[in-house]
Amino acid sequence: MFGRLTEDALPFYSEIAMAGAAVTVGGGLFVIAVVLWTGSLLYLWRNWLTSVDHKRIGIMYVVVALVMLLRGFVDALMMRAQQAMAMNSGGYLPPEHFDQIFSSHGTIMILFMAMPFLTGLINFVMPLQIGARDVAFPRLNLISLYLTAAGAGLVLISLVIGRFSTAGWTGYPPFSETEFSPGVGVDYWIWALVVSGVGTTLTGINFITTIVKRRAPGMTWMRLPLFAWTALCASILIVFAFPALTVAGAMLALDRSAGFHFFTNDGGGNAMHFANVLWMWGHPEVYILILPAFGVFSEIVATLSSKRLFAYNSLVFATVVIALLAFTTWLHHFFTMGAGASVNTAFGITTMIIAVPTGVKVFDWLMTMYRGRIRYQTPMLWTMAFLVTFTIGGMSGVLLAVPAVDYTLHNTTFLVAHFHNMVIPGALFGFFAGYVYWFPKAFGFRLDERWGTRAFWFWVTGFYLAFMPLYALGLMGMVRRLQHYDNPDWQPYLIVAAIGAVSVLCGIICMAIQLWVSIRDRDRWADTTGDPWNARTLEWYSSSPPPAWNFASLPKIEGTDAFWRLKERGEAYREDENVGAISLPTNSNDGIVYGALAFVFGFCMVWHIYWLALLCLGAIVAHLIVSSFRHPTEEVIPANEVARHEQEWKTAARAGSRYDGDPLCDYRTVLRKVPAQ
Amino acid sequence: MSEVDAKTFDESEERAYGFWLFLMSDAILFSLLFATYAIMVTATDNGPDRTEIFGYWRTAANTALLLCSSLTMGLASIAIREDRKSTAFQWIFVTMILALAFLVLEIQEFAGLFAQGAGPDRSGFLSAYFTLVGTHGAHVTVGLIWMAVLCVHLALRPIGPVIQSITERLTMFWHLVGIVWIGIYSMVYLPGLYQ
Amino acid sequence: MGGWLRLGFGPPCPNSVGRTIALVGVSVVLGSCSLAEAPLLHPSGPIAEAQRNLLFEVFALMLIVVIPVFVMAIWFGWRYRASATQSAFDPDWERAPVLDGLIWALPAAIIVILAIMVWRSTHQLDPYRSLAAAGGSTEVQVIALDWKYVFLYPKEGIASVNELVFPADKPVQLVMTSDSAMTSLLIPALGGQVYAMAGMATRLNLLADGPGRFEGRNALYNGDGFADQTFSVRAVTESEFAEWIASAKHAPDLDAAAYKELSLPGVLKKPMQYSQFASGFFQSILDKYASPLKMQQTPRYP
Repeated sequence: MFGRLTEDALPFYSEIAMAGAAVTVGGGLFVIAVVLWTGSLLYLWRNWLTSVDHKRIGIMYVVVALVMLLRGFVDALMMRAQQAMAMNSGGYLPPEHFDQIFSSHGTIMILFMAMPFLTGLINFVMPLQIGARDVAFPRLNLISLYLTAAGAGLVLISLVIGRFSTAGWTGYPPFSETEFSPGVGVDYWIWALVVSGVGTTLTGINFITTIVKRRAPGMTWMRLPLFAWTALCASILIVFAFPALTVAGAMLALDRSAGFHFFTNDGGGNAMHFANVLWMWGHPEVYILILPAFGVFSEIVATLSSKRLFAYNSLVFATVVIALLAFTTWLHHFFTMGAGASVNTAFGITTMIIAVPTGVKVFDWLMTMYRGRIRYQTPMLWTMAFLVTFTIGGMSGVLLAVPAVDYTLHNTTFLVAHFHNMVIPGALFGFFAGYVYWFPKAFGFRLDERWGTRAFWFWVTGFYLAFMPLYALGLMGMVRRLQHYDNPDWQPYLIVAAIGAVSVLCGIICMAIQLWVSIRDRDRWADTTGDPWNARTLEWYSSSPPPAWNFASLPKIEGTDAFWRLKERGEAYREDENVGAISLPTNSNDGIVYGALAFVFGFCMVWHIYWLALLCLGAIVAHLIVSSFRHPTEEVIPANEVARHEQEWKTAARAGSRYDGDPLCDYRTVLRKVPAQ
Repeated sequence: MSEVDAKTFDESEERAYGFWLFLMSDAILFSLLFATYAIMVTATDNGPDRTEIFGYWRTAANTALLLCSSLTMGLASIAIREDRKSTAFQWIFVTMILALAFLVLEIQEFAGLFAQGAGPDRSGFLSAYFTLVGTHGAHVTVGLIWMAVLCVHLALRPIGPVIQSITERLTMFWHLVGIVWIGIYSMVYLPGLYQ
Repeated sequence: MGGWLRLGFGPPCPNSVGRTIALVGVSVVLGSCSLAEAPLLHPSGPIAEAQRNLLFEVFALMLIVVIPVFVMAIWFGWRYRASATQSAFDPDWERAPVLDGLIWALPAAIIVILAIMVWRSTHQLDPYRSLAAAGGSTEVQVIALDWKYVFLYPKEGIASVNELVFPADKPVQLVMTSDSAMTSLLIPALGGQVYAMAGMATRLNLLADGPGRFEGRNALYNGDGFADQTFSVRAVTESEFAEWIASAKHAPDLDAAAYKELSLPGVLKKPMQYSQFASGFFQSILDKYASPLKMQQTPRYP
């Protein structure tokens, strides 16, 4: 009846597992209690949980990402603490726990923190940037969100019912096969990946269709803001790379549950094939994470340098080249599998070639700062930290791309330091920068700069303290994933790394305080103009927050930096006579329905409750069929309401707009050299 | 043309484009399954290999059935475009019969393999074979259900943008299913003839 | 808590200032000292040395790009800060074809040089490339188990577990497979690592400069005992090697029962020796698994 689910699945076997479960369950209950206490369930349901507005979906994605960031970071903190103390001793985490923690840390950070974060940012910003009313398939967008949430839910519930995988976030067989990992952990990992992967693929399709089909009139390809370009390239990578993850996961699941022999030791299985297929997804995945962050930096560096982006064409070309080359390098993740020297050479060289367009981008950003007027507000601080830190990561990447060097450094902490050095500054700092940069657009007030700066310094210091020692340790021969060790030379470095993790913790606390303080002082940080940074692209050509319909009407777009051109010509806030009624799709329960069914389906597959899994699958198909007969309902926003909102915003914007023809006007007011106009 | 009409047209074009992207992603999935098969084909673990187990007449018949169904599906979509409902019904019906016959033959093929102990758990080669061909069979099943749904739509309402949009996507899907089968027939079944 | 603080300082390091300074300070000073003795930076064999030199060369080449980035970031970041109103300001400047070309050409040129280096070094330092000179090489067959390594010496007819001993003046050729999950055999002081996988025989050729003791370990995570899957490596003189072989002759046989016991998951406290094993033993372990990668041309192992 319940497959292999018995009461043994509950975490009463160890205190650490119980604590983890208690925090997870307690956190969930706390949120539910707050929602019920404040009586906001109906509000949440109507305005958020069932909303198909791309801006709200985007914000919900970022909320998922921030929650999962906390969970993934707790894992990181625990690992650093364990390694700092486990010199000649078992530390406080037995291998069984330590192995689960590094597996869930990687899985969560890549798939349930970084992916929702970038999906959220793209969801919120991209339609506004290209002058669209919404994404191409708003309901599908909501369904994707809930599929991602269902995957995240599977990872979270593995803390409470059963255990998570101990096979690492890449789940290499044969270790991840039933022979060596008989429990449910690897199954949780597989189904979390597959369920959220389906959602991600649908998101990618949605974004590509939106950018290809819904650009505003005049928004030709070479006038597209750079963030939209990176969103497009990342989405193309998603659509073409995620099938590989689905295939790898499905084959492993068949091995584990149905006795197939894809990757098993016996029966003719071939474990290296898994590595190939997984990294055919895994390497493009790195660029899926990093490209949107490159887009964020491109927007910020131009806006906050008060200057046009240098070599726009070059940046676009470099983005596309990176996306194409992303598919040609997967083998560098296992130079040590014993492939021939020529194969390794080929993949080593393709890997290095990616460094060229990446280097070009870095120089183009630097040249954008050249002869600019750089305003060091927090988004720019993150960008500066990125430029310097990411370059170090790029250098260590080229070192590892040399196969003969990789033979000695592969699987050591040097490798761990390298990919954190790419993904933290290259993706996470970009997401943080985007979070601060677009926060006022989403909520109508800016984030506190003082606490933001503190968070920034704690994060950057913490990053260097945590990962520079790992480079050294790699050179000293320390391999990754060690639960304990006996080399006294390593411990000082590991203690420094742990101190770095604590510094990052302070950074996270500062970010929480920043959010709290900014909400408290929201009047002080309010943005009435819709353009708090004196920015250049179309997403700022709307009120903050924008109305559900985004734009009442669009200007003719005549070049890059469409909004900047309007401001230069003094046309940005001119009254528009031809405002008409707008129809918008209504709320939908589909997201929650599919998300819940997918979650139960995944859970049942993990525990071998096949009858219920089949039932869920049948319900999904039935729901799909039934909804093909429903005509999608739309609500019409009357013309006078649109016009009223439009007028209110433009009046406030004209009164508050500090743009007087000088690109620096915004910053002058901060310097108090010229009184605000 | 009124404004509402223009918008509907735009949306169904977006749907077709989005669905085409989905099919491209699906094609990648199949290409990976093909690659897996190509790698695993020698991994017979002393069990049966590809020269011993496949039924050639059956799979040749399968090929003929699926190719014909692609044709009849195309004829159905032309009928729908030209607003000839009863013709459309006929061609969809024929397509469904062909697809059903295909599935019956495929299930027979699988049952025969299971009967001689050549199930997917026998060896890596058979795992890859069953996964590749089975995934294709699942696609045929989805297509069959989809055709049934289209028939209900046709019965319930006049041919309009909704039905045209469904047909357009179903046709694309069905052609992909046909193309993949040509790959399976020529990469999985035909090479077994020699040696 | 006291335990790890005490252990944290490790053995005294000659260059260190002392233990009295604050924890972090000591850690860093001690650290920089031990880094200088890191096996990767202080290799004990020509392969590892070539790999280290390559690391340094590529590092130096990369500095051609990295240093300008640092300089420009700091220089532009300071010079063009908003409050520096005296600095030039050119808000509409966006195109400079020559500069643009240079920005593409410089990294591309470095990558061309690197590509040539990669081509040469990857073939030269291919772990499969035999280093055997006139003196021949010591052949060792390696079987990875949970969580130990079995070393078979087919010529000498003895076997050891978690201890790899070979004459210092001769290259060693390891032929590796696994009778369990996938592992990666790494000896940082001698260079390189290659995966050991069930049903497949991979190779790793190494050479030590002279007698010495090194650390070897599995670098690829394979379960609870992973942290303890280490082995000692000793490069010894010919006579010491002969002695070691002779000492093994008194050890028990590596028969089916003994091997079965060894292959149970677990960690060994001490290295072990076996006086003999069945001929074709390594091949029989390979034959247990029918990997599709096991081509016909694979040599049969004695």
